[in-house]
Amino acid sequence: MSWAIDLRGTSYRYPDGAGALDGVDLRVGPGERVALLGPNGAGKTTLLLQLNGLLRGTGSATVAGLPVRDGVLRELRGRVGLVFQDPDDQLFMPTVAEDVAFGPLNLGLDRATVAARVAQALAAVRMSHAAARPPHVLSMGERRRVAIATVLSMRPQLLVLDEPSSSLDPRSRMELIDILSAIDATMLVATHDLPLAKELCERAVILDRGRIVADGPCAELLADAALLAAHDLMLPSGFDLSRITPREHPPAGSRASMPA
Amino acid sequence: MDACNHAPELTGVAGDPGSAVHRLDPRAKLLGLPAVSVVAVSAPLDAWPVFVICGAVLAGVATVARVSPVDAWRRARGPLLLVIPVAAVVPFVRAGGAHWSLGPLTVHAAGLVVLATVTIKATIGVAAGVLLTATTTFPDIVRGLEAMRAPRLLVLVATLMYRYLFVVADEVRRMGVALSARSGRPRSVLRSGVLGRLATALFLRSYARGERVHLAMLARGYDGALPRPYPLSLRRVDMAFVAVIASLLLPARVLAGIG
Repeated sequence: MSWAIDLRGTSYRYPDGAGALDGVDLRVGPGERVALLGPNGAGKTTLLLQLNGLLRGTGSATVAGLPVRDGVLRELRGRVGLVFQDPDDQLFMPTVAEDVAFGPLNLGLDRATVAARVAQALAAVRMSHAAARPPHVLSMGERRRVAIATVLSMRPQLLVLDEPSSSLDPRSRMELIDILSAIDATMLVATHDLPLAKELCERAVILDRGRIVADGPCAELLADAALLAAHDLMLPSGFDLSRITPREHPPAGSRASMPA
Repeated sequence: MDACNHAPELTGVAGDPGSAVHRLDPRAKLLGLPAVSVVAVSAPLDAWPVFVICGAVLAGVATVARVSPVDAWRRARGPLLLVIPVAAVVPFVRAGGAHWSLGPLTVHAAGLVVLATVTIKATIGVAAGVLLTATTTFPDIVRGLEAMRAPRLLVLVATLMYRYLFVVADEVRRMGVALSARSGRPRSVLRSGVLGRLATALFLRSYARGERVHLAMLARGYDGALPRPYPLSLRRVDMAFVAVIASLLLPARVLAGIG
């Protein structure tokens, strides 16, 4: 089987010697939506940064069909769309349209194709009206959606999101879930938002102290209160998981999907 | 879609954003308007016809762009109020020509001429800059400079500075609020050690953000250049704008000599 993510024995230490990942084995199949759960400092962001070679640990890593090594990083980063936790880190160009065009232009696409992709990506996150706006005038929810558009325009095979629902009000959070559930791509979502994980992802992986400590169907893991408590994870007080209906995957080729 | 078409209320432009001047290629304005300033500043002290023509050109541009005198003054007063008070000292220290006593001070005619000239030159220079920024968004100015082959690093720094100025300003505001919430408002500069610590925290946060932004750029294939989706294109009207300014100013400036 060709895995979308195939990490074997991935370990990583920061330059100051602090260990962040300790022998992570993770395989994600094409089209899967996987929630990456874990307490603060578990190594979730470090793991995400391994996927497109921004950080390079030991062990073997094959992502979106490419081994993570020098020489293929440009192509790899075109296949792996990484959305950072803070949209202000992700949106660095003066206008929304220029930011969404940044990735495709770096892939060497011609301007007509880039313009079409920008329009499509902004439509997919319902932000077409903001194309000419500077990011700093947008609300946090809007910035988050534009941040997703900046990677959708590259038509990644794998969409990687770091805490996508942090700092969002309930309505923006719901809009975000609507948008993400309509995207036809393999997804790895690092989050503390357990209801979001249940709604969006069929599988969950719990990372703690740099190790994967649980891997299974999202509904089963989230129903295991002892497991969650052992790893500082918690559902909102009084929350009834059975009330959440997991979102269906969109049909391939649907409006918001981004086929390669 | 044209990236020049920014929402006007969000980008700092004034006047009518649909005016012929606003719609000019930023390169035309970057050549034409600073040229007015250079001509005025380089003219001799008594080159009054040059100053009149420069003023007329700027008034014409402001009229077409519908930049009101109030808007122009609001933007110009900062730099002008820095320059003119300094020039106001000149009539008292530059001797020459007739002179008059003003209490313990003496006012010299030659100094008054210098004051008048410096005031006019400063006003023309500042007005040219005001009209440039009132009719061109900062991102478009940067794009214009980039198209005019300004150093790539300068363009990158200016682009990111514009984007993150607002983010840093927000952080400063939040830190100020947090400080006030804990009654931490310093009452004098001498007790501003806390401000130093805030500045340090701000620097460290900005540095960390810089590293994260760099990672985000690399994640989308950054290789040292900022690719632009909408290239600028010079039209006849852009070239006509520069040509008209040049044809009005250059003869007058040449005739005025080197002073």
